[in-house]
Amino acid sequence: MSVGEIRVEINSDQDIVVARQKGRVLAGELGFSAGDATLIATAISELARNIVSYAQTGEIKLKGIHGSSRVGILVIASDDGPGIIDIRQALRDGFSTSGSLGLGLPGVRRLMDEFEISSQPGKGTMVAVKKWRQ
Amino acid sequence: MEVPILKQGAFLIATFQAALSDADLNQLRMGLVQQVVKFRSRAVIVDVTAMDVMDSFASRTLREIAHMIRLRGAETVIVGIQPEVAFAMVQLGLTLEGVATALDLEEGLAYLNEKFKITN
Repeated sequence: MSVGEIRVEINSDQDIVVARQKGRVLAGELGFSAGDATLIATAISELARNIVSYAQTGEIKLKGIHGSSRVGILVIASDDGPGIIDIRQALRDGFSTSGSLGLGLPGVRRLMDEFEISSQPGKGTMVAVKKWRQ
Repeated sequence: MEVPILKQGAFLIATFQAALSDADLNQLRMGLVQQVVKFRSRAVIVDVTAMDVMDSFASRTLREIAHMIRLRGAETVIVGIQPEVAFAMVQLGLTLEGVATALDLEEGLAYLNEKFKITN
């Protein structure tokens, strides 16, 4: 049975908790270890937090990836917020425009195996991350 | 979700649940500091054993709690950070600098009893 796509609308801090819990459950269903599920849930938490902090509303999509030789999880965080003007700067540790610890993007990149970001100022941001089962 | 705060002699023990939202954490921050004042507590143990995720907001709130409680002249010990949570925190670059930590509630109590020379 293939695991379908899960969508979580992100409108408030409570939705951050919902998104990361759904991510943890999906990671478990896909056979990730509890430790890896924690890393995935933490990454989802940071991505959802960025949506609430910078764009107010957005969406987290969670999906199992069934490749020919490996299984993974795909997390896509998207919003129609202000976008990121300088992505390179946003990927540097310790950079923040909201007075927080930073976007957490460098950390999210370290927690996951693959990381993709696209953003257009005034249009929104999309971050797609993948982690493969060990 | 309300975080239960237990009074144990001169100490307070706050036990975090798995699914704490930012609003819950903010509420806890105020609640803990108020209770430290009310009970003239010497120390607070924050038990995070059940916490599934410690993201940037949660660890910043914990640091702020510890800082506020220190300004009241009391101490904070964080106990029960799970190994995978610790790993994720390190990957995210999150630190709890200047905040005492202990393995679990028992170790946390032992640390405080020793520090304040309380014998049971």
